[in-house]
Amino acid sequence: MKQDIILAGVGGQGILSIAFVIDNAALKDGLNFKQAEVHGMAQRGGAVQSHLRLSKSHIFSDLIPKGEADLIISVEPLESLRYVEYLNPDGCIVTSTNPFCNIPDYPPIEDVLMEIRSVKKAVLIDSEKIAKKAGSSRAQNMVILGAASKYLMVGEEALMEFIKVLFRTRGENIVNMNLRAFQVGKEAAS
Amino acid sequence: MAREILLGDEAVALGAIHAGLSAGYSYPGTPASEIMEYMIRALNKESGFKATWCVNEKVAYEEALGVSFAGKRTLVSMKHVGLNVAADPFMNSAITRINGGLVVVVADDPGMHSSQNEQDSRYYAHFAHVFCFEPSNHQEAYDMTRSAFDVSERFNIPVMVRMVTRLSHSRSRIETREIKKENPICYGQGQDWTLLPMNARRRFAHLVSVQPELIALSNKSPFNLLDLKDHDKSLGIIASGIGYNYVMENYSNQENCPSLLKVSTYPLPEALIAKLVNHVETVLVVEEGYPLIEQTIKGLFGIPEKKLHGKLTGHLPRTGELSPDSVREALGMNPREHLRIDSSILASRPPQLCQGCPHGDTFNALNQTLESYPKASVFSDIGCYTLGALPPYKAVDSCVCMGASVSMAKGGAEVGVFPSVAVIGDSTFAHSGITPLLDAMASNINMTVVIVDNAAVAMTGGQPTFATGEKLVKIIKGVGAPEEHIRVIVPLPKNLEKNIQVIREEIEHNGLSVIISLRECIQETKKKNKKGAK
Repeated sequence: MKQDIILAGVGGQGILSIAFVIDNAALKDGLNFKQAEVHGMAQRGGAVQSHLRLSKSHIFSDLIPKGEADLIISVEPLESLRYVEYLNPDGCIVTSTNPFCNIPDYPPIEDVLMEIRSVKKAVLIDSEKIAKKAGSSRAQNMVILGAASKYLMVGEEALMEFIKVLFRTRGENIVNMNLRAFQVGKEAAS
Repeated sequence: MAREILLGDEAVALGAIHAGLSAGYSYPGTPASEIMEYMIRALNKESGFKATWCVNEKVAYEEALGVSFAGKRTLVSMKHVGLNVAADPFMNSAITRINGGLVVVVADDPGMHSSQNEQDSRYYAHFAHVFCFEPSNHQEAYDMTRSAFDVSERFNIPVMVRMVTRLSHSRSRIETREIKKENPICYGQGQDWTLLPMNARRRFAHLVSVQPELIALSNKSPFNLLDLKDHDKSLGIIASGIGYNYVMENYSNQENCPSLLKVSTYPLPEALIAKLVNHVETVLVVEEGYPLIEQTIKGLFGIPEKKLHGKLTGHLPRTGELSPDSVREALGMNPREHLRIDSSILASRPPQLCQGCPHGDTFNALNQTLESYPKASVFSDIGCYTLGALPPYKAVDSCVCMGASVSMAKGGAEVGVFPSVAVIGDSTFAHSGITPLLDAMASNINMTVVIVDNAAVAMTGGQPTFATGEKLVKIIKGVGAPEEHIRVIVPLPKNLEKNIQVIREEIEHNGLSVIISLRECIQETKKKNKKGAK
């Protein structure tokens, strides 16, 4: 049993927070994991990605081979497409539909969404609208995590536990808002 | 034993702490920064040792040498190009009689994710005649760092741990082992540390004489694994570091894996390599970085009656980093099936300066000033502001190594470049910019140095800087720059016209001028606001 996941987004959108929650939940569920992330220059407003591998057995490579990923979780639509060649033919994309336009040649969003829909299993989520409903547009990463949760091999309970841990120092209101974002994200995907 | 989730870098740091570390030193640089970050965080929990950022890697290395002299264990960490800066103490420390264990951790950046080259530090270990460990995973990063201290004290040499980006910045779980106590203080002997020719000759002869023992240590190291298969002798693989992971990734059933030698230590385990090579017809070498193992085995003439495959033969790419996919191809396997899309839609998204970054305002003012000087050259340096080379600013013409902006501007100015402008950050200036400024001042070169002072080592995550604000101005005065040509500007959109005026005046000044463009890194301001709001 294994699951290979690519987390995608733009530097500063909080994909490492998603990674933190899944990593710790996986450890709690008794899984091995490796999670390769991007630091340094590439982080500054550029495309960022994290390879997250979960398995019951030993994991060798920190990087996912092309064609091995089961899931792309992206907080930005264009970024969800950047790593499609890592997906296996039955792979699934869970992505936000809200573009982050910090480049002059961002393609028309309709074209981007159409390309995403061309993938057999694609879950598109208006994370901005849903996150605002939960309390803040900054919780979009937790909305997307919620939307992806039913595809993950880690349990929802463990995910929720580490959302609490992640935001613990920021006070109870922030914790609850992010838990809400996770739940409404999950509902939006079902 | 406890279990922890750690970055590869953090596993190194914890390994050192648990090995009885007394002091750690470093200068920030991707992908090595998280080693010191972790040590500094651990200071609060585990008392006893010291861990500090230093002004540059050379200083960091020399401080570590002082600790070793006193018989205590010390770790100095840096990115690969940092070792160029520390090469002088590194090479010479191999000649001294290292007393307390000295471990130098160098994190290479194959693929140049955040660096100006992809040099392979294993060559430095070879050059200095010292032992080197190359971990392939987090547990090994922890365990090998611990072992490195023992080897250092046993042979009285510095020992290198060579990391690479993909391990440094990958997170996984490790199991920790017993925590050792610090060494008692015990001074080194003068004749072993004073590298006068008479002492240095004796010490170097000794270093050369222990090389066979280092090779013997490599041959029996538990970190080097030899697995000879009898069912198929056509192919054998020598894989080092994370290259080993990429090989194993392609054999889901490990029984099918050909004969394999995993190399984790240098000097190379010659006896193990000989066994593998003798056992098979074709040898494939899989190593991250330059083809060191492959070239060593090949020598000038190759291995008679055997084939040797690797980067030199084009079976693996000669540049960039390895991947499970490139190694798969070298193993002669078909690529895995994968999804495809029309990739023309994938507009690239390069890194860029943050919104509200002070450097953006500095570059706007500089660009507008230089519109009237079409022959201007802007020499820049290592830091966030290097991104000023990209659109929309396209403001800088060079970035070579730490401090080179100031020295290159001087050289350019001496042969007629005008305006000759250097753009350098406050931390890079402290690291390597002061000495070239002293040089330029000595002959009052007609050049303009712009120090973009954001009070942080920003690119690597906002580590503290040594010379910012008032202190920076004092240093520049101390170097001898005339006070009326040391100008401080505040890079904000509302000051644009004023700042253009200042830059123009200083370019027109026939001599050395220093403009300090002073505003805190926007990320640091945000961090403080967050803390304040809590």
